Amino acid sequence: MIRAGRLCRGLGLLRPRPLPDPAGGSAPPSRQLRTGHPQRRDLFSDLEKEVVKFRKKLRQSLPGSDWDPFGTTKGLPPERADVVIVGGGVMGWSVAYWLKALKPQKDALRVVVIEKDPTYSQASTVLSAGGIRQQFSLPENIQMSLYSAFFLRTINEHLGVVNEPPIDIQFNHSGYLFLASEDGAADLEENVRIQRNEGAEVSLLSPAQLKKKYPWINTDGVAVASYGLENEGWFDPWSLLNAFRRKAMSMGVSQCFGEVMSFTISSREIMTPEGELTFSRINYVRVQMPNSLEYQPVECSLVVNAAGPWSQKLAEMAGIGIGPPNTQEGIKLPVEPRKRYIFVWHCPDGPGLECPMLVDTTGAYFRREGIGGNYLGSLSPTEEEEPDIQDLEVDHNFFQEKVWPYLAHRVPVFESLKVKSAWAGYYDYNTFDQNAVLGPHPLVENMLFITGFSGHGLQQSPAAGKAVAELILDNKFSTIHLEKLSFNRFISGEQVLERNIV
Amino acid sequence: SCELQQCRALARRPYGSAASPDPSKGGILQYLCNRFYDVEYLVGWSETLRYRNLRRKNAYCGYIKGIYGDNAAAAYFVLSHRGRVRFQGQETWLCVDRRGNFSYDFVELQDVPVVAIDLAGSVLNYNGLDNLVKLTALKSLDLSRCPHVDDWTLTRLQVFKDSLEELSLAGCPQVTERGLACLHLLENLRRLDLSHLPSVPTPGLIRILVEEMLPRCEVVGLAPAAGAQTSRDGREEPGVPSGDRRAGEIPA
Repeated sequence: MIRAGRLCRGLGLLRPRPLPDPAGGSAPPSRQLRTGHPQRRDLFSDLEKEVVKFRKKLRQSLPGSDWDPFGTTKGLPPERADVVIVGGGVMGWSVAYWLKALKPQKDALRVVVIEKDPTYSQASTVLSAGGIRQQFSLPENIQMSLYSAFFLRTINEHLGVVNEPPIDIQFNHSGYLFLASEDGAADLEENVRIQRNEGAEVSLLSPAQLKKKYPWINTDGVAVASYGLENEGWFDPWSLLNAFRRKAMSMGVSQCFGEVMSFTISSREIMTPEGELTFSRINYVRVQMPNSLEYQPVECSLVVNAAGPWSQKLAEMAGIGIGPPNTQEGIKLPVEPRKRYIFVWHCPDGPGLECPMLVDTTGAYFRREGIGGNYLGSLSPTEEEEPDIQDLEVDHNFFQEKVWPYLAHRVPVFESLKVKSAWAGYYDYNTFDQNAVLGPHPLVENMLFITGFSGHGLQQSPAAGKAVAELILDNKFSTIHLEKLSFNRFISGEQVLERNIV
Repeated sequence: SCELQQCRALARRPYGSAASPDPSKGGILQYLCNRFYDVEYLVGWSETLRYRNLRRKNAYCGYIKGIYGDNAAAAYFVLSHRGRVRFQGQETWLCVDRRGNFSYDFVELQDVPVVAIDLAGSVLNYNGLDNLVKLTALKSLDLSRCPHVDDWTLTRLQVFKDSLEELSLAGCPQVTERGLACLHLLENLRRLDLSHLPSVPTPGLIRILVEEMLPRCEVVGLAPAAGAQTSRDGREEPGVPSGDRRAGEIPA
């Protein structure tokens, strides 16, 4: 009887009537003492809702819909793709964008970007200081940087999405000021000569000019300084990453959050003049979904290794560097994570609006952060005192003992400052020659590297991404010739060194 | 297309840390863009056309430069943008008439350096400065109310660092304090007009910082210094430069 009544009420046939008042003095019903919810869901009390839900499910399970009784994991990568880009940092997204921009026909290429950390909490891109400079000594680096500056200047023409607000990467136009001691003066002048040859606007300053221009600098031990007049400064890395990502996705690149666990490789031995070599190809990329055991093999024809600090690990999965030593198979990708700190401090009397990104003779650097008297800077630790890379903890003693003395010597106002915050990020540090690795591996034919930038990756990402996309599509560089930065230099042992590494 | 929509929804998520984009304005075009690829394509195409047009208008006058030299090329560029130009030793400005026509008298002055340029309200951008960077004697430059003058354009003004004494950026909507920082290279600057810059968030503070950065320069505009007139809500008066102001301020 009760059930029938409930059913009728559930269907809206009966109106719920208030219960007649129980006889005065009787104990209240035991149900009112219960604090929790009824254990069984009462199906009939909200039958109407259930019917609606059922009809919806019924409609979904009709042929032609993607409903599946077993349920599917959302965000699985596609089963097949032309290019799989491992690493969703600024490099990965830049390659993805350029692949689509240089081949704008619809569905010309299927590109997937795989990123393991959807929050980007440890990504080198977003933890960098965000500087861009042309003051390198290697012409390739200067050209890449000049191209990137051009790209950032016209970023809305490249990365603007229809009906989206224009991109503002918060570019601060304050140049880099490199200081050189007497020993480094000749190198600095030679660098400036190369930079001017490549078209960068750089000026040389004597200590007296320096003192006149920046009265807050202590010029002890400075023989000469170089200052970048145009196209230098710093910007917001997260905005650039997002602009690349948003544009690439609007052009049809798919994004997948997961981790590459292994590759399926086919290999064969070929006799060459240098002896028998094992050439291999990656056929499948096995992508493990986050927080689950599920994985998806992605069949692909090209893999771009843009994994930054972790690119050596990824290369080893493809058999690079795990062969016997003294063979080509045994040559590792010499890129490893290095932890670098960045400290933010407050100094109300510090340098004003004209404050450049100052790089001291000792390697310590700082720049202005906003206009509220905050500054940001650090120093690369020496080879012997490299910090542990297990986590991104900050060693505050490093600032007190190493960075601050140099800063306070160079800028006496910084003798009184207050550290406000600090963070650490990973460099994709190339231990061989601290320069980028671009292009294919000689033995694993379909793995392309875009890694090893050793701290200047963010600023070169637009140019490097374009170069790798050109390499993929045309099999040659056409904008900037970067053959020097190929993997082959690790085999031949020729270092491509930069005189002045920050 | 379901997947595509999901993709787009994800792509439109407001990730940016820099500035929160203003909520979608709605409007019929936005609605049509979200619904029809054709409309979206057309809007994208018109955007491209706009950029191309801007590039064309700011193109380098290489032909005139080749025949008559840098000064004539700069004068031609300025006049074709309905600006005004003054050569050294001249009292009067070369102007355009109401219909945009101008006489080519300036070709006779090709060896006289240009000392003052007024490009107020023109479509000059970074690329357009190609025509001006060779003017080593330029003393006065008026870029007020130029919608395409941005921070990148300001960095390029460093080429005039030995000569430029007067600069007006009044009413440039894209100029921010991040670009003003690079004006410290203009060491000879005597007068800098920064009134009515809508993209500068804290005009009072920026004014102090700019004055500190350029101690020998008179800064006009931004929030007025203490004691000067302020509008009731503390914001600066919209100091739109007027035409009659310019006449009296020709540097000696």
